[in-house]
Amino acid sequence: MEERKPLLEVKGLKQYFKGSHQFTVKAVDGVDFVIYPGETYGLVGESGSGKSTIGRSVIRLYKPTAGQILFNGMDISGDLNAQQNRQLRTQMQMIFQDPMACLNPRKKVGEIIAQGLDIHHLYSSRAERQEKVAAILKKVGLAPEHADRYPHQFSGGQRQRVGIARALIMDPKLIIADECISALDVSIQAQVVNLMKDLQEETGTAYLFIAHDLSMVKYISDRIGVLHLGHLVETGTTEEIFNNPVHPYTQSLLSAIPQPDPRTERGRVAKSYDYRTAGVDYLAGKQQHLGGTHYVLATDEELARWTART
Amino acid sequence: MENNAKETVLSIRDLSITFKTGAGPVNAIRGVNIDLSRGTTLAVVGESGSGKSVTFKAAMGILASNSVVNSGSIVYNYRHNDGTPATVDILKMKTRDIRRHINGKRIAMIFQDPMTSLDPTMPIGKQIMEGMVWHYKTPKQQAWDKAVRLLTEVGIEEPEKRMRQYPHQLSGGMRQRVVIAIALACDPDVLICDEPTTALDVTIQAKILELIKRIQAERGISVIYITHDLGVVAKVADFVNVMYAGRIVEAGTIDEIFYDPRHPYTWGLLSAMPDLDTEDDRLYTIPGSPPNLLHPVPGDAFAPRNAYALNIDERLDPPMFQISETHYAASWLLDERAPKVEMPPELKARIERMKKEGI
Repeated sequence: MEERKPLLEVKGLKQYFKGSHQFTVKAVDGVDFVIYPGETYGLVGESGSGKSTIGRSVIRLYKPTAGQILFNGMDISGDLNAQQNRQLRTQMQMIFQDPMACLNPRKKVGEIIAQGLDIHHLYSSRAERQEKVAAILKKVGLAPEHADRYPHQFSGGQRQRVGIARALIMDPKLIIADECISALDVSIQAQVVNLMKDLQEETGTAYLFIAHDLSMVKYISDRIGVLHLGHLVETGTTEEIFNNPVHPYTQSLLSAIPQPDPRTERGRVAKSYDYRTAGVDYLAGKQQHLGGTHYVLATDEELARWTART
Repeated sequence: MENNAKETVLSIRDLSITFKTGAGPVNAIRGVNIDLSRGTTLAVVGESGSGKSVTFKAAMGILASNSVVNSGSIVYNYRHNDGTPATVDILKMKTRDIRRHINGKRIAMIFQDPMTSLDPTMPIGKQIMEGMVWHYKTPKQQAWDKAVRLLTEVGIEEPEKRMRQYPHQLSGGMRQRVVIAIALACDPDVLICDEPTTALDVTIQAKILELIKRIQAERGISVIYITHDLGVVAKVADFVNVMYAGRIVEAGTIDEIFYDPRHPYTWGLLSAMPDLDTEDDRLYTIPGSPPNLLHPVPGDAFAPRNAYALNIDERLDPPMFQISETHYAASWLLDERAPKVEMPPELKARIERMKKEGI
């Protein structure tokens, strides 16, 4: 297999927020991962684990406290000149969690979608602009005449499609999807996940898919990173994580997923995991290789304990 | 789930509710029948807009002001404090009487978002005590002690300290625990949980569901879950009602719904659940979206999205067909004249596998 060049490389990313002069929130505390072109990297963890912060750091909404973010080989963690900024802003797009809050209620959907085109002057005539909007609406499963409607006239699932269309129209290399399905019904979630997969096949976009629900992440991701308290505790391909979870936090996340099977579900109690009582020190641990692309954050002694148990 | 002492607590019959909106009347609930037995858990499943929340808001007397109840009854059986049984039709009661005798005291409700259901300007201890003082004139000290006990019961550490804290000082899971403590403060015998875990993480969700389950077993109360997540249903429910476009389309015990579903909509819902054991990389989806109830729906409301729809579905709404003593489904496929249609093979394979695993 030839060596693939990573699209996005995050190295030792740290993102601290100063609460007051005595108190600093270490939202992300040393995280490394890479995303290759055209693949989906799922980032999972509970609220407060820093998964959204990573997404926001990558898209440069925050200035990283330490560490490097390389996009296409270019360091984007520091200040950029205007030209680099312009280039980056077309190549990286974001889909947000709440489809109602992220669409301007006073703009028509067509305007919302075309805003990126307007800013970057990516069309030569009004007709071309309209054509592009119509094509992208069709691609995400809406009708071209929907462009003349306002966001409130759409259902939740349709609004999320508008959000996807807005990101996709710039033809980005990387889309950061921050909890983009957790506000939707289960059946609509499935529709949106399928749509995102189809679009990926068609356009070859890479996704950074941020979610707290492992069951949906399983369907869309090639590789998964499990995040807890700002540390990447386990990472690997979807099969490695689901078939052989090593870290107790990953195991507790997996056991918490409710299954549509009453007989097994009734008797099952979710494994609980508490950092304070589990006797695990994230700061002392290092990334241990378990084969393939499967890594777990542990000290030698912890690793021996966890692998002996299984 | 034994048959002895199967006393019905809440019985909704032929409920029909219309909302008057600027665009015209929306017939959100179109003839719903639901029964809740004492000490059991009932789950009402459906997509957003299927009317599951509205039904139980009617039972609490907290419908929006533009709603009109066209017909139906919600009969609630309870016991007075001295043990004498009483029966009331909640829809015929005055709002004042509902607030005085039903809300919080006998039927309590837990809402989806714990942040919006707590008062941000009041310490949580005061919020827990409020109901006891109002309904039962409990002396303050006694109410305080009980509130501390409740907080311990719902698994909050250092309850004394938490009593004086405000909602914003607690995490999402903690807030939902506080909401549960408030709901339990007046010892209700029916607890309605409206999407209690949708706003929470999976790990917290599992803990909250286990908490509600434990409390139900300890106190012997009846619980109604309103949810769109069949995984949650599988974990908690004894009986399931599947709702679509303001009607119940299938009702039965949990085993009947999960292992022997008969309505195509239930098939769709079950197939759409992500399955951790299969290798297929596409999720099943129900095509289309729910109908707009602003316009009258001729025939079966699910027909346009139903791959198994028959001609008659476009003209006539199916009646409830009885499959077993507890299992009903509204689908023309169950009529004896209908062609034999099996559930999708993928779903069948999955159910077979689940049956094997479960034993």
